Amino acid sequence: MTTTDQKSNEGTTPRGTDDVVLEVRDLSVTFPSDDGPLPAVREVSYVLRRGEALGIVGESGSGKSVTSMAIMGLLPKNARVEGSARVLGQEVVGLRDEKISRIRGNRIAMIFQDPLTSLNPVYTVGYQIAEAVLAHHKVGKKAAMDRALDLLKLVGIPHPEQRIKQYPHELSGGMRQRVVIAIAMANEPDVIIADEPTTALDVTVQAQVLEALEAARKETGAALVLITHDLGVVAGHVDRVGVMYGGRMVEMGPVEDVFYRPRMPYALGLLGSLPRLDEDRGERLTPILGTPPSLLALPTGCAFSPRCPMARDVCHEKEPRLLATDENGERVRVPVEDTSAHTAACHFSDQLGETAPEDLFRATSVQADTVVKLDAAEERAEEALDEISDSDTGSTEESGRERETILTVKDLVKNFPIRSKGLLKRKVGEVQAVSGISLDLREKETLALVGESGCGKSTTARLILQLIKQTSGEVSYMGQPLHTLSPRQMRPLRRDLQLVFQDPFASLDPRMTVSDIIAEPMRIHGRSNSDAKGRVKELLDLVGLSSEHGSRYPHEFSGGQRQRIGIARALALNPKVLLLDEPVSALDVSIQAGVINLLEDLQEELGLSYMFVSHDLSVVKHIADRVAVMYLGKIVETGTTEELFRAPSHPYTQALISAIPLPDPVKERTRERIVVTGDVPSPADPPSGCRFRTRCPKFADELSESERTKCVEEPPELIDRGSGHRDACHYSKVMELLSASRS
Amino acid sequence: MLVYTVRRVLGTIPVLILASVLTFVLIDVSGDPLSELRMQQPPPDPSVIELQEERLYLDRSMPERYWLWVTGIGGNGDIGLLQGEFGPSTQSNSYDIGAQIAERLGVTLRLVGAAMLLALGLAILAGVVSAMRQYSKIDYTLTFIGFLALSMPVFWFGGIMQQAGVTFNDLVGTQVFATIGDGLYQAQGEDLWGRITNAFAYMTLPTIVLMLTSFASWSRYQRTSMLEVLNSDYVRLARAKGLPNRVVVRRHALRTALIPLTTVVAVGIAGVVDGTVLTEQVFQWRGLGEFFVTAVNENDSYALMAWLLLSGVVVILANLVADILYGVLDPRIRYE
Amino acid sequence: MSEKKAPVAPRSTDAESVGGAERTQLQMIVSRFARHRAAMVSLVALVVIVLFTFVGPFVWRWDHTVHLEIPPSVPPNADHPLGTTTAGHDVLGQLMRGTQQTLKVALTVSVLGTVVGSLWGATAGYYGGRVDALMMRVVDVFLIVPLLIMVAAIAGNARAGTTWYAVALIIAFFSWAQIARVVRGVVLSLREQDYVEAAKAAGASPGWIIVRHLLPNAAGPIIVAATLLIAVAILLEAGMSFLQFGIQPPDISLGQMISDARTAVSTRPWLFYPPGLMLLAICLTINFIGDGLRDALDPRQTMVRR
Repeated sequence: MTTTDQKSNEGTTPRGTDDVVLEVRDLSVTFPSDDGPLPAVREVSYVLRRGEALGIVGESGSGKSVTSMAIMGLLPKNARVEGSARVLGQEVVGLRDEKISRIRGNRIAMIFQDPLTSLNPVYTVGYQIAEAVLAHHKVGKKAAMDRALDLLKLVGIPHPEQRIKQYPHELSGGMRQRVVIAIAMANEPDVIIADEPTTALDVTVQAQVLEALEAARKETGAALVLITHDLGVVAGHVDRVGVMYGGRMVEMGPVEDVFYRPRMPYALGLLGSLPRLDEDRGERLTPILGTPPSLLALPTGCAFSPRCPMARDVCHEKEPRLLATDENGERVRVPVEDTSAHTAACHFSDQLGETAPEDLFRATSVQADTVVKLDAAEERAEEALDEISDSDTGSTEESGRERETILTVKDLVKNFPIRSKGLLKRKVGEVQAVSGISLDLREKETLALVGESGCGKSTTARLILQLIKQTSGEVSYMGQPLHTLSPRQMRPLRRDLQLVFQDPFASLDPRMTVSDIIAEPMRIHGRSNSDAKGRVKELLDLVGLSSEHGSRYPHEFSGGQRQRIGIARALALNPKVLLLDEPVSALDVSIQAGVINLLEDLQEELGLSYMFVSHDLSVVKHIADRVAVMYLGKIVETGTTEELFRAPSHPYTQALISAIPLPDPVKERTRERIVVTGDVPSPADPPSGCRFRTRCPKFADELSESERTKCVEEPPELIDRGSGHRDACHYSKVMELLSASRS
Repeated sequence: MLVYTVRRVLGTIPVLILASVLTFVLIDVSGDPLSELRMQQPPPDPSVIELQEERLYLDRSMPERYWLWVTGIGGNGDIGLLQGEFGPSTQSNSYDIGAQIAERLGVTLRLVGAAMLLALGLAILAGVVSAMRQYSKIDYTLTFIGFLALSMPVFWFGGIMQQAGVTFNDLVGTQVFATIGDGLYQAQGEDLWGRITNAFAYMTLPTIVLMLTSFASWSRYQRTSMLEVLNSDYVRLARAKGLPNRVVVRRHALRTALIPLTTVVAVGIAGVVDGTVLTEQVFQWRGLGEFFVTAVNENDSYALMAWLLLSGVVVILANLVADILYGVLDPRIRYE
Repeated sequence: MSEKKAPVAPRSTDAESVGGAERTQLQMIVSRFARHRAAMVSLVALVVIVLFTFVGPFVWRWDHTVHLEIPPSVPPNADHPLGTTTAGHDVLGQLMRGTQQTLKVALTVSVLGTVVGSLWGATAGYYGGRVDALMMRVVDVFLIVPLLIMVAAIAGNARAGTTWYAVALIIAFFSWAQIARVVRGVVLSLREQDYVEAAKAAGASPGWIIVRHLLPNAAGPIIVAATLLIAVAILLEAGMSFLQFGIQPPDISLGQMISDARTAVSTRPWLFYPPGLMLLAICLTINFIGDGLRDALDPRQTMVRR
């Protein structure tokens, strides 16, 4: 939902300052640290007008959150804030607590990332909303509570009369976030700052929360600052976008300008490194080499220059200013108030008008983080490009028919007992984590298991590896049943089945050196130290790290590098099957691409089979051959990637695909949306019959009474109902949701 | 909430039983009540010893003695907890353990109650101030005082306080602080004002001494808890709502930071019991502390058991109250 | 693919992306400890005290027993820097011996208590479930017991608690529970770490995991708890001796010295203050060192990058 009056002002003189609600000029924030002053934010300026929406995107360390916290005055006391920030003309930087408290929550409000910890656990939801009202208006308690009730209805919380008396822990994550939105809206602020409001939520819930945010804006007429790392979320919900890097604003402009014609190499690279739902699989990702800079040791000149493929001498010497490109192709200054201008902080931004990411950033091969020899890198890049154009048609067509099945899972069930908290610990219930999964994995293919949190995909992965014992069902590897083996019998087979973890920080023992970590699997299986050392060097090389990294400790590495170490460890025993549990979800966007490319290359080189567990459909679409969609412990749809994404038939899959935001402003706004209501039921008490029926839009809107009975009573089987692939819905119907890729 | 409470109460029963068994076995096994008698020179007549053994039920087996101690069935009427009797004493035939305990309980409770209240109040204050002014001079000072208090031997500090009291009295010229005795005898027959001054005079020094260790550990704990809460997301949200700092600290930070303190205080009761015994020794109060020391010196097994069981009950009860209080304060716990 | 070639290759070689000078874990721990000023001062002070206590008796001419040559009740002077007692002990000699006994008891308690407590807590934490519930119940019972009371009751009752190792045993018997609780908590959280699961996925046995992963990572909190246990044990022993249930004459301990001097606080202060000050000094230094160790060994301090 956009304010369309913006468009009529393009190219003309900037509007008057009367409807400027937020004005930030040269805002800088410095933190003292043990290693010297840390410049988290450096001279950021922007202007926000009444009712408009500005997105601020950036990766970790870009300073996007700190900027907003500085405006709100919520930074710790030792932070040094310089520059100016005016809310409705009133300067807020350096304002004392009594004065700024009157503005906070009243004229400018904030929504934080984690709804779990944002609400005080000991006060009811209604109390906390009413408190926001009472802080700024002298009304009675009852009036405040009534307003709280209205607000709950506005943000779309069902049964608000009940919810208002409940405590935060009794609500789901999505509902809690909506309560936080209600609190922000309570006093009809002029500006709402939303700091990563949906990052901690599932995709379908994310869609609900973003809708609630839109409703809030419409109701209050507030302007929005939406801070996120997710380019898709930004694309569909803002008018203008600013890109931050290394504490500075490096590009700013109307959202379509920035997305379709970025003028700063970083923005270009960012857009190019994203796997896209609406693009073909064949295209290789173009990651940005290197890692975001440490704020303690910022490079001279442009902060992005060490990683920039078109960096020249001047880039390493002089920091570029945020300038627009005029009709003559010259870089010119524009006043901050000119919100229709498209500015970029690059000395050569005039040259970038029509560049595509792949033109500037090569589709690099394995050595993405450490480019040691330029020639070798170039060569391999050329080879990789050739390979891709050759094998483009090859890989997808090989599916199924010629490849051998190496891993089979049949009717796998896992129930976790819920025990009472007493001395006796009696079983009082069961969590049905996995309820009858059957699938198979073939040689050299990638099978993706997708679903949202709580669907059982991670549990399935661990059941397959026999890290948890199944309640019932069969798991076989190369024809040999695994589920009947004792731990000792299983041991030798473990060499073939390995696991890569999600969290690069928790998956490496902080007290072991990198070579010890990688060598550990080999030592467990009896290889000698010297043997292992040699192989460690090989493996480090394979994942794009150098051998000198072996003697370092995990904390000295970045997230992307740690993930590579984890991959090296998983490959130590020459496995045939790799189970990857959300391997890139915890990484910054520009780093993800490098790791994804690495995984693809390794699969090609070593002939591995992957079982890829993820909630991120864009990544899945890029890397997987076949997909299985899980919901509440069951598989609801399965098929080849191409089939599933082009023509999904199960309502849940359709909702999932339509909920994933695309980093394409026009498409994002014009897409068809299938909305899922409510929250995921508890796996301890799943709905009878079809488990999805409580949230199914089809069930709610399209089916007749008698049809619904079938959904309630009969659990649907996973069979092909005419779409060419299998789904588990009695009334499934194919829907084409994604248009062809953009050229 | 009711279910939660009932469950907690029921849960203490097995602990009580276990505590009684542990107490009994430990005391029974570790010493012989008649060792002094046996070592007397010239050695007493065997019949004398036998009589004593019978009186003290030492001629029975241990499980039987435990049974007697708890139920009193099969005894001489002077034993059996469930009948309200605590057993025969070695100190004399007429020494009624139960009556002694009852008499001294009030004395000790005064001291313990005052000390705990003072410790708690000061600890919360110190913890909050320290947390809010983290890394300031006052924070470092309070932390140092805390460490000092934790490292201070209670009985030594008691002696110093006594000395300080005497010196102060000399300086001022009158007996402001009493350094010996519990003052209850002196308070008999006094009017309200007299009783208050009496309490002040006799209780001030011992209370300060007793509360020291508890204050130290609780204030450090409160500081940590408060720091954690002050940096939490919901306090940040409260600020973002526009609540002034005072309100945020009082309503959001403090309220939540106090919750874990309930458990800490409950566990700390054990330490307070230790301190009481030492403090009563130093200030010569005729309370349960003195009772304990005498019982140990006289090898009075049944008296010791009674004392230990009583302290165990107090501690278990304190934990129970803390558990229930926790449920009242933290709604997340209630619906287990 | 368009013909537009990238102008210049990226400059970064990225070797610098990994840390500065190579430092081992030990070096980092030591440097972090050194930053904690109070801890460093305390460490020095403690070393001095230990030297005084264990080397002193070889240098000083008087020991802790009564000698006829010693004039009784003499205030501090050149011959007897801390004065003498009514019975004819040299107070300095007593102080050295008393501190020795106190330290021996405290260290023994800490070692015993830590070993038993760690094993108990690690087992409970590792196996979880019913085993854990049962084992921790036992710990709970031991934790709610007033330590001094139980210890005094047993020691006093038994009349065997007169030697320092008997005292140490009795104290250890009741204080292992604190360590068990700490260790169990640590092990519980470590057990869930991904790297433990990674080791299992590679086929590691429980023994391998405990030795290679759990213990090294749990070492930090265990060391801190063990250090603080020393201070607790010191005060416990002193309390016991004060009540005259601990180390008995003719052997001496600091608590005993204070007990003997109770009535002489104003008349013969040299009997009362030195032992108390010594106790205070030892406990204070140990508490500060423990605090410093806690900061130095905290794994969160090692997290730097994203």
